Amino acid sequence: MELGLSAFVIFFAAIFTNNILLTNFLGMCSFLAVSREVKSSLGLGFAVIFVMTCTSALNYLVYYHLLVPLGLEHFRFIVFIIVIAAFVQLVEMVIERSSPVLYVILGIFLPLITVNCAILGVALFMIIRNYTFLQSVAYGAGGGIGWTLAIVAMGGIRQKMRGAPVPKSLEGPGITLIIAGLMALAFIGFTGMIQIQ
Amino acid sequence: MGHLFLSLIALSCLGAGLALLLEVADSYLGFYGQCHIDINSGEKEFTIQGGGSLLSTLMEQGIFIPSACGGRGSCGYCKVRIHGGGGPLLPTETPWLGPEEIEAQVRISCQVKVRGDMIIEIPPELFLIREFRSRVEGLRNLTHEIKELRLRLIESDAISFKPGQYVQFQVPEYEGCPESVYRAYSIASAAHESGSITLIVTRVPGGLATTYIHEVLKAGDEVAFSGPYGDFYLRDSDREIFLVATGSGLAPIMSILCQMAEERISRKTTLVFGARHRTDLFYLDEIEALKGKMPGLEAIFTLSRPEEEDQWEGERGRVTDVLERIIKEGANKEAYLCGNPAMVESCVELLTKKGIPEELIFYDKFA
Repeated sequence: MELGLSAFVIFFAAIFTNNILLTNFLGMCSFLAVSREVKSSLGLGFAVIFVMTCTSALNYLVYYHLLVPLGLEHFRFIVFIIVIAAFVQLVEMVIERSSPVLYVILGIFLPLITVNCAILGVALFMIIRNYTFLQSVAYGAGGGIGWTLAIVAMGGIRQKMRGAPVPKSLEGPGITLIIAGLMALAFIGFTGMIQIQ
Repeated sequence: MGHLFLSLIALSCLGAGLALLLEVADSYLGFYGQCHIDINSGEKEFTIQGGGSLLSTLMEQGIFIPSACGGRGSCGYCKVRIHGGGGPLLPTETPWLGPEEIEAQVRISCQVKVRGDMIIEIPPELFLIREFRSRVEGLRNLTHEIKELRLRLIESDAISFKPGQYVQFQVPEYEGCPESVYRAYSIASAAHESGSITLIVTRVPGGLATTYIHEVLKAGDEVAFSGPYGDFYLRDSDREIFLVATGSGLAPIMSILCQMAEERISRKTTLVFGARHRTDLFYLDEIEALKGKMPGLEAIFTLSRPEEEDQWEGERGRVTDVLERIIKEGANKEAYLCGNPAMVESCVELLTKKGIPEELIFYDKFA
């Protein structure tokens, strides 16, 4: 019972208090590139949630049932990346076959999920923090939802700001980074609730 | 030593397992099997291996749908009506389709993938478009940036086209271009010389086709193109004509002028040809020769940035500045524009303001 509860806590912590994007600043490149509007951020966000949840489970199994028994833990980076890449490739094939519309909307950002460092970050954190399988999956799902929450919020803000008189020198990435900083500050407000380590 | 082997084997197995998984997934997900395509209710039918875009699949079958961008979805020309098997409308198509076209099941064929049996409808004249094989007869520098390419059709073949139309030049695979691509170029030569065509190609830094034509192609090489395409050609009327071109946009205009000289069409005609510097102007002798044959032709050359050493005494400014000056009002006039999209758009705006109705302004944008 305690195990289940703690997976639940980890899930929420990954969304709010330990948001992988706004507290660890992982996965910034697509966060800045695809957050021009809510619609595309949401599409990418869902793809990231799916990939992050599934790869955290897969990477957990590969790490504890293949690498650890064989004493090959030092190969974890390359193995995690291969697993993530293969999984993204698979997701791409499935989406292309089943939903050509979504495939076109996501475009180049679907394959780019492969190198979204938030996804490798989740896999590495779950090893460092010695999570159980359930906790890892909860952390993966929460991490993905948290990432989506952040990018959708950013998409909404940037959409609202389209007509705003931003100083010339801050247009584009400049103001976006400042907004990201302010959002990170706001998320610090959540840290009092729960802490995971 | 044993540990080294163990790690090598473990990693290889993992890699091989994932590769196998993807291979199996691809053979299920990427395989569309045999697809039957029916064009214009049985006028032409064939069965092919699915998976490719509709545009390239039709092209393999010898049916050439007009496309200026070569299947990248950036020109919106390759429209066909798909009555069955087209799948949902994609966001990459919507910018090119109006509400009536969407209602009429018009789709952009380079974006639609052949995923199953399809029923399509194309204008019957597209069956006339075919592929031509030709040999490079001559290559000549018109300016630093622009080359003239003369192609002689092989085996005394002949192409019949309307002056102003364009062809799709096939760029074969070469170093730096992994797969064959098509690019659109207007025919610059006269329509009565049906055994050969002339194309004018501006060098685009990093462009696949222009790099090929400027750097790789030599006289005597064999190249293929398909055509003719397009609805940019001279309309029959007695209105006064304005022909406006910048850069290699002069190509279809030259073809139109040659036709007018050949057919002794004596309509009052004004050619406005714009460039940046004196060295960017070309075909001056040819235009001079045409003026001899066409009493009604006036040619105006304008430079937007003449250099000191050009010693330019002609018009200065953009083509729109010249048009602004020479056209007092738009009654009984028609215009043919060819050049970069920005030039075409600003000319259309100016000419409609002058009172030339939009349906009498014909243009070909070089995207």
